[in-house]
Amino acid sequence: MRPSQNILKSVDKPLLILYLVMVMVGWFNIFSAEYADTHRHIFDLSTNYGKQLLWILTSLVIAAVIILMDVRFFTGFAWIIYGTFLLLLIAVLIFGVEINATKAWFRIGGLAFQPSEIAKYGTALALAAFISKQKNRPKGFLMRLKGFALVAVPAALVLLQKDVGTTLVFASFIMVFFREGYIGGIVLFFIGLAIALFVLTLMINEFVLIGILAGIMLIIALFFQKKTKAILQLLMLFIILSVYVYSVDYTMNNILQPHHRARIEVLIHEGMDLQGAGYNLHQSKIAIGSGGLLGKGYMQGTQTQFNFIPEQSTDFIFCTVGEEWGFIGSVIVITLFVTLLLRIIYIAEKQRSTFSRVFGYSVASIVFFHFAINIGMTIGLVPVIGIPLPLISYGGSSLWGITLFLFTLIKLDTQRLEML
Amino acid sequence: MHIYDQTGQFANRRRVIGAIILFTAILLLGRLFMLQIVDPSYKAFARSNYLRHVTDYPARGLIYDRNGSLLVYNEVHYDLMVIPGQVGEIDTLLFCSLLGIDQAAFESRLLQARRHSRFRASVFERQISKNTFAAFQEKLFRFPGFFVQPRTLRKYTYPIATHTFGYVGEAGPNIIQNDPYYRMGDYIGISGLERAYEEELRGVKGRRIFMVDVLNRNIGSFQDGRYDTLAIAGKDLYTTLDAELQIYGEKLMQNKRGSIVAIEPSTGEILALVSSPSFDPGLLVGRQRTRNYRMLQNDTLKPLFNRALMAQYPPGSVFKLISTLIALEDGVITPEQRYGCSGIYHTSGISIRCRSHPSPVDAITGIQHSCNTYSSILFQNTINQPRFNNIQQSFNNWRDHVLSFGLGRHFGSDLSFELPGLVATSEYYDRIYGPRGWRSQTILSLGIGQGELGVTPLQLANMTAAIANRGHYYTPHIVKAIGAPDNHNKQFAIVNNINIQETHFETIAHAMHMVVEDGTGRFSRIADVSMAGKTGTVQNPHGENHSVFVAFAPIDDPQIAISVIVENAGYGSVWAAPIASLMIEKYLTNEVNRTWFEQRVLDASFLTARP
Repeated sequence: MRPSQNILKSVDKPLLILYLVMVMVGWFNIFSAEYADTHRHIFDLSTNYGKQLLWILTSLVIAAVIILMDVRFFTGFAWIIYGTFLLLLIAVLIFGVEINATKAWFRIGGLAFQPSEIAKYGTALALAAFISKQKNRPKGFLMRLKGFALVAVPAALVLLQKDVGTTLVFASFIMVFFREGYIGGIVLFFIGLAIALFVLTLMINEFVLIGILAGIMLIIALFFQKKTKAILQLLMLFIILSVYVYSVDYTMNNILQPHHRARIEVLIHEGMDLQGAGYNLHQSKIAIGSGGLLGKGYMQGTQTQFNFIPEQSTDFIFCTVGEEWGFIGSVIVITLFVTLLLRIIYIAEKQRSTFSRVFGYSVASIVFFHFAINIGMTIGLVPVIGIPLPLISYGGSSLWGITLFLFTLIKLDTQRLEML
Repeated sequence: MHIYDQTGQFANRRRVIGAIILFTAILLLGRLFMLQIVDPSYKAFARSNYLRHVTDYPARGLIYDRNGSLLVYNEVHYDLMVIPGQVGEIDTLLFCSLLGIDQAAFESRLLQARRHSRFRASVFERQISKNTFAAFQEKLFRFPGFFVQPRTLRKYTYPIATHTFGYVGEAGPNIIQNDPYYRMGDYIGISGLERAYEEELRGVKGRRIFMVDVLNRNIGSFQDGRYDTLAIAGKDLYTTLDAELQIYGEKLMQNKRGSIVAIEPSTGEILALVSSPSFDPGLLVGRQRTRNYRMLQNDTLKPLFNRALMAQYPPGSVFKLISTLIALEDGVITPEQRYGCSGIYHTSGISIRCRSHPSPVDAITGIQHSCNTYSSILFQNTINQPRFNNIQQSFNNWRDHVLSFGLGRHFGSDLSFELPGLVATSEYYDRIYGPRGWRSQTILSLGIGQGELGVTPLQLANMTAAIANRGHYYTPHIVKAIGAPDNHNKQFAIVNNINIQETHFETIAHAMHMVVEDGTGRFSRIADVSMAGKTGTVQNPHGENHSVFVAFAPIDDPQIAISVIVENAGYGSVWAAPIASLMIEKYLTNEVNRTWFEQRVLDASFLTARP
């Protein structure tokens, strides 16, 4: 086998092209968001677009290294990589520096590095290794619990860094568990129901909501008139849901931190606290909403160019897209993501090895979660959670992390016919 | 490592996952469609985010007198403005202490501004002092949403001609609603010239749109200033007033109620327009305006009332000039025809008294001695002309003559708020007495200028100018030129002819000359000036009579026609005539040599007389 030639041939071209296109789209938008007349040149490392160029180059190096590496490194060292990142997550709690109230960063020279971004990678490898080890269908409760724990431990460590956004990203592994049969559709249903009830409780009076639930239950019960057991189950469900609804207020007021609470409230009550908690969301919606169909043109976005949007090259980079490229730009970027995700799933499903498939779904889950939450928050569909838009947002850790994910998948894919 | 079949139990779940991804994408796109395409409000928000509209207020036009001396000009002051939507977290304590207001006032003003508009600027504090302005300018960056707007205030060279200049005030809600030019806090002329020439004086507001960044820093003009317009300064007014004459007139009228109107007969230009008591025009400028206005409004002497244009008096004996002219024109008398006067005139149970004077009198001496008997006879003869079928016809003939002198109607001049006066109609008498119930003797008092007659001092002066011109007049006006001294106001260059032969005017002019030379006005004769005049004493049923005098000079080349009314001062010859005489002397010779004569007028006060 002549590895270099074969490897390049067997690399999934669509995925590679999508990666390069999206990184470019990202860089151009970061350049627009950050550019000022006073800046000297595009390689100026004091600017985010200059630095992003550095991050892109290093990412390409990482990508090349991954492609050239032996695939057994990932399968064989999955647990070691996982363990290393767990240690780093603990270390950052002790030696890390605080940026934006989050103690998640190591500072090396002028550059900051966030181990939690890459910890997701370790988790995905470990999960793939774990699931692929199982001889049969997931059956035992204990086995499932072990699988869940693999995700929960790093998630808990990240939560200790007070990085709620990244912690929530770990929830995206639900998709992997679902695909592998660790959880059923009913779980997805109840997760959806819980989210819906939570939002509804914030919008309408909880007692009215409980009343509405009772009504719905009653109608369903009419179909099961004869079946006492089913009716009892419904009653149980009703009681559980009522308690849940009733406790939402308590959760809001006593468990969530005030600034998290505020982020949820500004979402529900439009126009609230525009100078405070609602500012980011309001400005973000203004920028995107003012883009119209065709946008204001590259480098012409007034809200972008005059810095009305906070975090505009990182978490709110989609504002630049929406304002300067309009609805057309939004459609293009979303289409790019959907294509990317479907391509990843397609590749995952193509794999003969469970390891590769599980890893592929991990990549899809994490990219999907970032994509949905990040764009959703800029347009007021979900609360403002500080997570970047993969490949588009400024940031080395984020780009490196996604690069690792994608190119590991590409590498695994090149070997899909081999037994791993 | 283990491999299991791709088509296994859970393989179909990839479709569920694919569906979730597509559903999410559609949800996001749906929301983006709403935000970017359907909902227009974000575009407006974006503009208000980064666009700042600044109005540049032009300087109001200046006002000059007929000789080019500056009467009204501007002084810059500063208004503190606020755009409520942009007010962020500010140090209100510092803000309030700089401005000298308390927290409650701050809150309520901000609320008021917010109620007006979140995105448009409102005045937060009017006309802040230079010191406050300096202190503010330094710290303005700490108060986002606030800015300082330079504006101009009126200043006056002399404290004169208040009623003529009028004043400027803030445009009220009615005006703002009906005229899109005006915005909240804009100034508009409320009275006088400021009102009549508002459009010329105000100029054109300039507009600038510039862009700001998130820190409210000016980034540059919007679209290279494509939508910006320059402020165009208001046009200057060159008035017909003679500042010195106006000053002198106001001085003469001190401590008196009444007015002086002086007109240049050859043009209709008003040389002086005095209404007394008056006040310093500066009182109605600036922050104290409302307070001062209330004070002036409550003053029992009614200084706000422009007597020269709005006070309507029965003309009294000066009206005999008109009745004699009409009688001569209608041929009911000849100038030489003489009538005896026994000191009282009887007709059908009505008697009109006269003062003692040489008898009999003709047209000249009748006016010279202001003979009531003579006037009554010729009035009756005029009304009883056999060529008319009924009294209505003959009365209307007489009335048309009277109206042709500019009485009983507006001049449509450029003066604000002139009143039309009153010349009763035949219908009026029909209503009171019935169509057949009145005769010439019923309305006999009209012949001597009493009864249902009301004339304003302006109308009296104009009537005098018409006589001085021997039968025509130009609408009296106050503005000579607009924008440039030679850009003449052509609007008033139209001659109004009176349908009475010039020879009759010559007769009357001669009679008026005799009034001053050797008649009721001889006391006010000016050496070396040929002056024509007529005294009047207007009966005042409430109190002291009003002293009236009309005059023009010189007789053969009239430069000035004047009317003077001094309320409650008694005989026309005693007070009004000397004032008119002094005014004429001042205007024609530039100096007044009759010191004692002048001092007598200056010392006189009729404010305490019963009005």
